[in-house]
Amino acid sequence: MTKIITENLHLHYGENHALRGIDLNIHANKITALIGPSGCGKSTFLKTLNRMNDSVPNIKITGKVLLDGEDIYDSTVDVTKLRKKAGMVFQSPNPFPMSIYDNVAYGLRIHGIKKRVLIDEIVERSLQGAAIWDEVKDRLRTPALALSGGQQQRLCIARTLAVSPEAILMDEPTSALDPISTMKIEELMSELAKKYTVVIVTHNMQQAARISDYTAFFLLGEMIEYDKTNNIFAAPKDQRTENYITGRFG
Amino acid sequence: MENSITRTSSITRKRKLKKPVETIMNVIFLICGLAAVVSVILISLYMVFSGAPAIAKIGPLKFLAGQIWNPEVNDFGILPLILSSVTATGLAILIAVPAALCAAIFLTHIAKKRVATVLLFLVELLAGIPSVVYGLLGAILIVPLVFKAQTALGMPMSGSLLSASIVLVIMILPTIISVSVASINTVPKQYNDVSLALGSSKMQSIMRAIIPAAKSGIVSGIVLGVGRAIGETMAVMMVAGNAPIMPELLKPARLLTVGISMEWAYSSGLHRDALYGIGLVLFVFIMIINILLSSILKKGNNTGNK
Repeated sequence: MTKIITENLHLHYGENHALRGIDLNIHANKITALIGPSGCGKSTFLKTLNRMNDSVPNIKITGKVLLDGEDIYDSTVDVTKLRKKAGMVFQSPNPFPMSIYDNVAYGLRIHGIKKRVLIDEIVERSLQGAAIWDEVKDRLRTPALALSGGQQQRLCIARTLAVSPEAILMDEPTSALDPISTMKIEELMSELAKKYTVVIVTHNMQQAARISDYTAFFLLGEMIEYDKTNNIFAAPKDQRTENYITGRFG
Repeated sequence: MENSITRTSSITRKRKLKKPVETIMNVIFLICGLAAVVSVILISLYMVFSGAPAIAKIGPLKFLAGQIWNPEVNDFGILPLILSSVTATGLAILIAVPAALCAAIFLTHIAKKRVATVLLFLVELLAGIPSVVYGLLGAILIVPLVFKAQTALGMPMSGSLLSASIVLVIMILPTIISVSVASINTVPKQYNDVSLALGSSKMQSIMRAIIPAAKSGIVSGIVLGVGRAIGETMAVMMVAGNAPIMPELLKPARLLTVGISMEWAYSSGLHRDALYGIGLVLFVFIMIINILLSSILKKGNNTGNK
């Protein structure tokens, strides 16, 4: 089943042609990894999927991005609903300077949920979903910034889960973390894929190989190759993909 | 020879002492630091020693709670002055804080960059205008407006507490705006991104993510504003009417600061000492307000920054 489809997606930052006709089908309830060297457009591509690029000056996007068959760049789209449906986790852990509880409840409150009992329940479920409940259940009212980096990132995932997204877009979610925290997040991602469609941008090819079901290789704004992860790593069809994953450049 | 040492340069000091420049700089910094602390202590002591005797002589209760100020017959009650200062400042803050906050949000997140730069420059210019100019402005623009209200209500035309408050609002706006803008600008851009990514509108992310994160800076701005308002003398004196009566919005009012400055030149004896007493009250007031404001407003600001 396909969750997100992009058709002939082009993106220009002023003179810079950052995405050059990307066609990609992202499968529901799978982990899709986007890999490629710095500046290849993989993060930019990820951000077009929930329109986080909208506020960038001089940006021009053409082509289509379909989420469940609806074009997200259509003028009738409510961006806030889109972003609720396609949540995002950022590169560095970035909890708000509030309590753990308030961080997770943030999204609920902006979407107008006021019932205390309901918020309590969703906060607990989200923290459990992000595999951090046991570590923080006794100190929900303490500042989120007192947590370790890895815990903060899982908290950020919980915060994203709280608004019940269907897709989760992760922009190098472990690149600022130590190996043990990274491992925990990776385990969590496999768990998340049971319920959500996960798209992850990663610099770390081993990570892509370990956790993803599908992998797309980007280079200089083009998508060079897209296939099941096993195929990409075992038998890449394009020479450039092979060069990259064998470490000959990038 | 595995353990042989081949050293081309040593890291030990040649002389026992640190470099003299280091020592001298340390002393200079120490002196400058002490100068600030010592002045605060000296001012505090001076205020207490010069103000307390008069208060003691008049009687603290008669001084602080007395409603009549008439030095000619030795009536030194400053309750009207205290209440006028509190009311004028309170009213000014009540109006200025929301307005300044809105202005700061506009300048940081809504206005186009070029517009914001120009406006911010003007705001900062405003902060540097001498208070007597604000007094003139108030006398020309605001006092006549209040005259109309007074006439309509059948009251005599005069300077008033309301005029003083309005002038104070205009005076403290620039301070609160520029401090708030600086504070909002230090909030990491990520907070905005995260909030938007969770599906918030632009306004929601400003009000719920950015402003709370900038709270402590905004509070500092408010504290500075209160300090400036309660200590302002000249501009207030030019528009307030300055009669030492209990505060009413459309009637003349004399603030603590004005109480000192108006009569300073011709006072002597106990009268002059009483003015020192007012100074001490004002001083204590500003201290209390600053401490209270900082602790109340910053409480619950659970940033958790380690």
